[in-house]
Amino acid sequence: MTFKTDLRWSDVTPKSLFLNRRQLIAGAAALAAAPAHAGSAWSTDEAPNSLEDITSYNNYYEFGFDKGDPAANAGALKTDPWSIVIDGMVDRPGTYDLADVMSGQTIEERIYRFRCVEAWSMIVPWQGFELAGLLKKVGVQSGARYVAIETLTRPEEMPGQQSGSFPWPYVEGLRLDEAMHPLTIMATGLYGQPIPNQNGAPIRLVVPWKYGFKSIKAIVKITLTDKQPPTTWNKLQANEYGFYANVNPAVDHPRWSQASERRIGGGLFAGRVDTLMFNGYGDHVASLYAGQDLTRDF
Amino acid sequence: MIDAINRTARRIPAWSIYAAGALVVVWMVAAAALGLSGPDPVKALERGFGERGLQVLIASLCITPLRWGGVNLIKFRRALGLVGAALVALHFATWITLDMGLRWSEITTDLLKRPYIIIGFVAFVALLPLVATSNKGAIRRMGAASWKRLHWLAYPAILAGAVHFVMIGKVYTVESAAYVAVVLGLLAARWVKSRKFSQVMA
Repeated sequence: MTFKTDLRWSDVTPKSLFLNRRQLIAGAAALAAAPAHAGSAWSTDEAPNSLEDITSYNNYYEFGFDKGDPAANAGALKTDPWSIVIDGMVDRPGTYDLADVMSGQTIEERIYRFRCVEAWSMIVPWQGFELAGLLKKVGVQSGARYVAIETLTRPEEMPGQQSGSFPWPYVEGLRLDEAMHPLTIMATGLYGQPIPNQNGAPIRLVVPWKYGFKSIKAIVKITLTDKQPPTTWNKLQANEYGFYANVNPAVDHPRWSQASERRIGGGLFAGRVDTLMFNGYGDHVASLYAGQDLTRDF
Repeated sequence: MIDAINRTARRIPAWSIYAAGALVVVWMVAAAALGLSGPDPVKALERGFGERGLQVLIASLCITPLRWGGVNLIKFRRALGLVGAALVALHFATWITLDMGLRWSEITTDLLKRPYIIIGFVAFVALLPLVATSNKGAIRRMGAASWKRLHWLAYPAILAGAVHFVMIGKVYTVESAAYVAVVLGLLAARWVKSRKFSQVMA
């Protein structure tokens, strides 16, 4: 199967436009702070969406229900200082400052396909490190089977959390083998800059073969456990959103087909492209689910 | 106050509703084409047509209750109904072409399988006989009583449209629930009024 896109390199916002002087300084600081920076064999060679697309079209209900709300409302979120509680079945539990979390990890660029459960998609150039590296650092105990991850709760800076209609905090989880997979990253950068607030600053998960809602943002807690952890969308609508949420064109969302997707950024006449099994990462991850019925474990 | 509204309304020709509707459509299409409606112009257009259509149709339902209060905007009702239906038709056309990309197998599956799409489609189809009879000739041919009976269909059609809107969301919002509440409120008002009327007559 060949994948064709209408996007060309010329559709990418030129660097001179998105890197103004101030951002250049911030970007340089971010790069200087990073232990290493390298391209990656895990990246797609498809043309990334513009920074404008990626930072103005977000599902991040902590800042409102509309796609434009996070860009409008996330500015007030303070992401420094930041720490992550790592607990549960680990050898070295504790509250880790973000710098400690990142120390010793290799920051890489990963250009990933990003497929939302709402049947739209983007190509996103993340910078981040493999979650496996962090888990190895804190020492996963032998009985651990799952990783539970939690987003910040701070209603005064996250206006969406001021309404009681949602079970805050947002929680997500992975099976340990999924969490340890080299495709699974903790992203701290986007387009060579620190990741913007509306995209999950200062640190978020990215699991490119799963629907976007698995890629939890603004992480404050990581718990290793032997039980499958609850996940927010599954709690809200269990028949629509499963724990696994692997991108799967053969398993429809009850309210819409997942067979195809609209690639954001192509304008009015971009049309649709076929959705790929595991979002095109099947060669790397299909073996994780050998013997599993993915229509049941959706 | 009411007199002032009625006086102003008398000076505004009914065709201005069509002109305003056309302007809104041109503006929305231009904004989407020029990239002014964000990174996803297809959804912006599709949602925009649907929401505006629902709003205009709900406005058309308000004409009769307003008349009970002495506000006479009856001459705008047909134009509101037709502009609303046109926006709904554009919403449907946008879904088939720009959103679904004329992928007919996926479109037919959706139309047969997905409750919110079925409800939205039923709402659209229910508007068609109303559009077809929104002219003086039809009223004459059908007779006022049966024309009125047919046009009661506007209530279930618009209610179905509002329910369709609620069902699209991943979560229920105050905004989407408000549409359903307003249509139900208008329907309830008509029902109470007609019961009172029939009691008086009996």
